[in-house]
Amino acid sequence: MTDTHNQFEPVIVGFLCNWCSYRAADLAGTARIKYEPNMRPIRVMCSGRVDPQFVLKALREGADGVLVAGCHPGECHYVNGNIKAQRRFILLRRMLRQLGVEDERVQLVWASASEGNVLAAKVDEMTAQVRALGPLNWGKTVLGENGNGEHPAAENIPAAEEVANV
Amino acid sequence: MTEKSNQHQERVGVYVCHCGTNIAGVVDVADVAAWAGENNKNVVISRDYKFMCSSLGQDLVEADIREQGLTRVVVAACSPHMHEKTFRGACERAGLNPFLFEMANIREHDSWATNDKVAATQKAKALVNAAIDRVVYNQPLEKIPVEINPNTLIVGGGIAGITAALELADGGNHVYLVEREPSIGGHMAQLDKTFPTLDCSACILTPKMVEAGQHPNITLLAYSEVENVDGYVGNFTVEVRKKARYVKEELCTGCGICEEKCPMKVVDDVFEAGLGYRKVIYLPFPQAVPKYPVIDKENCTYFLRGKCKACQIFCPTEAIDFEQEDEIIKFQVGNIIVATGYDLFDASRISQYGYGRLANVFSSLEFERMVNAAGPTDGNIVLRDGITKPKSVAIIHCVGSRDKNYHEYCSKVCCMYSLKFSHLVHERLPDADVYEFYIDMRTPGKGYEEFYHRLLEEGTHFIRGRVAEVTDAARMPGEEGKLIVQAEDTLIGKQRRIPVDMVILSAGLEARHDAKEVSQLFKMGCDFDGFFTERHPKLDPVATMTEGIFIAGACQGPKDIPDSVAQGAAAAARVASLINQGTVMMEPIRAYINEDLCSGCRICNNMCPYNAIVFHEDRDVSEVITALCQGCGTCVAACPSGIISGAHFTNDQVCSQIEGVLWDVREVVG
Repeated sequence: MTDTHNQFEPVIVGFLCNWCSYRAADLAGTARIKYEPNMRPIRVMCSGRVDPQFVLKALREGADGVLVAGCHPGECHYVNGNIKAQRRFILLRRMLRQLGVEDERVQLVWASASEGNVLAAKVDEMTAQVRALGPLNWGKTVLGENGNGEHPAAENIPAAEEVANV
Repeated sequence: MTEKSNQHQERVGVYVCHCGTNIAGVVDVADVAAWAGENNKNVVISRDYKFMCSSLGQDLVEADIREQGLTRVVVAACSPHMHEKTFRGACERAGLNPFLFEMANIREHDSWATNDKVAATQKAKALVNAAIDRVVYNQPLEKIPVEINPNTLIVGGGIAGITAALELADGGNHVYLVEREPSIGGHMAQLDKTFPTLDCSACILTPKMVEAGQHPNITLLAYSEVENVDGYVGNFTVEVRKKARYVKEELCTGCGICEEKCPMKVVDDVFEAGLGYRKVIYLPFPQAVPKYPVIDKENCTYFLRGKCKACQIFCPTEAIDFEQEDEIIKFQVGNIIVATGYDLFDASRISQYGYGRLANVFSSLEFERMVNAAGPTDGNIVLRDGITKPKSVAIIHCVGSRDKNYHEYCSKVCCMYSLKFSHLVHERLPDADVYEFYIDMRTPGKGYEEFYHRLLEEGTHFIRGRVAEVTDAARMPGEEGKLIVQAEDTLIGKQRRIPVDMVILSAGLEARHDAKEVSQLFKMGCDFDGFFTERHPKLDPVATMTEGIFIAGACQGPKDIPDSVAQGAAAAARVASLINQGTVMMEPIRAYINEDLCSGCRICNNMCPYNAIVFHEDRDVSEVITALCQGCGTCVAACPSGIISGAHFTNDQVCSQIEGVLWDVREVVG
């Protein structure tokens, strides 16, 4: 962690599934693995519960990145909720890319309950990436300077306002 | 997604735990508590306390609910997996619905994960604020009662499974014991002696096998495999494939004439570890339970060429049935214990040790069979030629264990069984030299260290160092015709070449080759090495994350016989406790469809992994069958109309949590 508090510290919202990744974060703590404190976890029962609109809401309302974490494929407590999360994730990221949101800001990771180190390493990696990118600043990035959709990339995204307003 | 329609006004109590210095050492808990009280308008009381989980801490919560009329409670402490139950109980005792409580994890996810006090305090505020904002939207819920079917399925008839089965059956509960092989007994049946007492393995095991086979409360399904498991705790429906033995169990007396008359012999790769032969119709070993033989269809002359039938001709009770087919048996159980054991590490994977290439390199299981009086060599220790007695034997520890290239973990039993091998060699071949090549001697256990000392006195040569190579290429006089074990003796700091006649590789224990599939069948977790994941490594080693599914024995991790027995009995006790309760209360985390608003698009129907969503053609709406729903929320996220609500994880609850967690950076745009 930084000892200078001047540099930009991103806020990353983490959606952790109850059975694997939340417990991975528990284990990372229990094992006293030190990692960046920038990820703020929210528990969901399954990564399949992560409505893409949760991700959009977090980004829209101040988060600089969102991490979705679930069980490894084949290990989902609910059989295959993580696969559904992955499908949504791929579409969501494609959409966010069109809105000018960098891939590094929205990431998906698989971490089993025994992989505290994997989760911690991912948080470190993602924090460094988002820190390098700087603040997301959804208003400017996606809605343009005046919040009216007149962003350089806006011609590709006529539906930007609608997306932001759901 | 609905924006929060009305701003609730609730009376929230916030309690920030110090957890000694576990939290307070990093997070400024007083600051967090004070801040929460000032900054969140729903908070009426905010306190910090040394140990919230103590009875005094819980009393604090209870008293405030009663006296201050709290309608919601937030405790910022450890993981909800640790103490959610504790504080829900406190709320309930004070008359508050336990689901109107929320926990903020500021220990595992915060104070233990960073040394940065400023950042940790900031994060703690975010987590506490999120919990407060969320708890306002929490709804009172009632747990769902589920009746427990008193029958139990036990998968795996090794010593762990047998122990569990007998414990439950003796207690008057019915058990289905399913075993893949033709006989129960598992690996323990293959062993000669057990360390450190040198009990004859079969002598102590077979009475238990017989008891399991004859117990009125045990349905033994040997030569069978579980094909499908549906349902949830208390109500599992199990499908078992009982493989065709081609022997009618109701007629067979186990006389063994069929085996005697069968003209075909094949190498026995399973029980005799490839060291001996068996007939094509065979009983795996004389003490097998059940005592019915089985025809190995792959090698049977009749099945291959359409003639022979020697067994059928000679069978006095006409029990042979070549037309027999696999049978699918379906039954209901309330709980399941998985005790599927381990596979021995395949020593041929480490090519420099020469197993499978150099004749007189043996695996530990081969040696077990060899020293067994009932084994292929009648208990004589001989080289691969079957006659020559070795004059020197090297035993190599940690084969496949404690090795980054194979398994990093210690297999726990190899040191002890290697010492046992040394003892047996000394006993059978008093003139032979025995060398043990070890990395560290690991003998934790009752009487284990004493056994090691006994071997030191019996004259075994202990060489500390990992063996680099076993070769038959002689370089020095005295090495011709021998196997040369090359290792660094780390105690004297020298390379040593020891010529021996026989090498035994003490192979480690690894997860069953099909552990992944088994874990999916029973919806359990499986760690990186393939061992099944327990609910808690210290405090709940036989339960899994799935209610009603328990694990015992080496399928959970390498284990010796006493540990496997202990786990088998422990798992049985856990199941017996559930059976005695009769009814258990399940978390009410379920999905509900608002049928008035459902458009009948059916997108949710295919989302559900449990087929819990049915579509009503007549009304053009979908409905969640509550009994089948497990509460994952995948359908909730998928519903395009947003009209499926996931109890305790509603959109309002999660969204307010998102808003709360972003307290310091939040700006609403767009």
